[in-house]
Amino acid sequence: MPEVKKADDDGVQIDLISGERMESMTSMEKIRMILDGVHEGNIVILEEGLSPDEESRLIEVTMTEISPDEFNGIEIETYPQSGSTDSGLLNRLMGNDETKKLTVIGPANQIKTLHKDETLISALVSRK
Amino acid sequence: MGLITDIRDSISSLFSAQDPKRIGIYGPPNAGKTTLANRIARDWTGDAIGPESHIPHETRRARRKENVEIERNGKSVTIDVVDTPGVTTKVDYTEFLEHDMEKDDAVRRSREATEGVAEAMHWLREDVDGVLYVLDSTEDPFTQVNTMLVGIIESQDLPVLILANKTDLEGSNVRRIENAFPQHETLPLSALEGDNMDEVYDKIAEYFG
Repeated sequence: MPEVKKADDDGVQIDLISGERMESMTSMEKIRMILDGVHEGNIVILEEGLSPDEESRLIEVTMTEISPDEFNGIEIETYPQSGSTDSGLLNRLMGNDETKKLTVIGPANQIKTLHKDETLISALVSRK
Repeated sequence: MGLITDIRDSISSLFSAQDPKRIGIYGPPNAGKTTLANRIARDWTGDAIGPESHIPHETRRARRKENVEIERNGKSVTIDVVDTPGVTTKVDYTEFLEHDMEKDDAVRRSREATEGVAEAMHWLREDVDGVLYVLDSTEDPFTQVNTMLVGIIESQDLPVLILANKTDLEGSNVRRIENAFPQHETLPLSALEGDNMDEVYDKIAEYFG
């Protein structure tokens, strides 16, 4: 990632990552970018989210990096899939990719979900 | 005629000799996964799988009970039951301190819990043939862990039954779970009390047989 100015101590940095930027990255590059940002205390917003397999690996890698008093893990939010978007094999073969959904990820001790339903995610973000 | 019968017998014995399907019991921490695993194992083998507790992350290693033979309507289905640690995206050892645990024990438990979650995810990607997804029906099912896990299960094209557990408790709301995952069949049950287990076994035989 290009060098960016760091947020002031009294602010929270938010990185909005476009789908275009993620497109050329491998799964592990995406996971590393997310967790590096979260370790710094940033909120990472992905325009197009992760695939289910990448989400599974993100959980797995996050678990290996949890350390008492230092890093408690992540809070991650996406919209739940509604019943009409059943992403069966046929849908995926037809190119109806249901995985592209806005995703918000942050340090577990800094982001708290206040409300979530199929069309709204409301979260409280605090400083470190 | 004899030859055809022999071939047919060989083919049917080939299929009946298949390895039992591994059915993973997944869900968030404290949903009652081990209580269900123990209920299934005790009902059909007489043995339990692991200790149950109200403290989150009691199960920190995936445990497998092999060759659980479930008999339904004159037929039998043999499965391996895999009880997995509750999946989460965060583990904070200080939460264990609230359960009268010393700091060292809480830190150790949290470390084992993180390893267990990673192990559960690995099993889901590589080693299970079907999933019983267990939810506490007194809790809100619209959580990120549930959304992600059901999405991961669907992406693997694994057969899944959603189980709305703890119907014996006040505040149980099965309809809320049905509404959260309308694309899947939801069965109410109390693994602790053994309520509705007959229907659960019917569906296990139907889905995973």
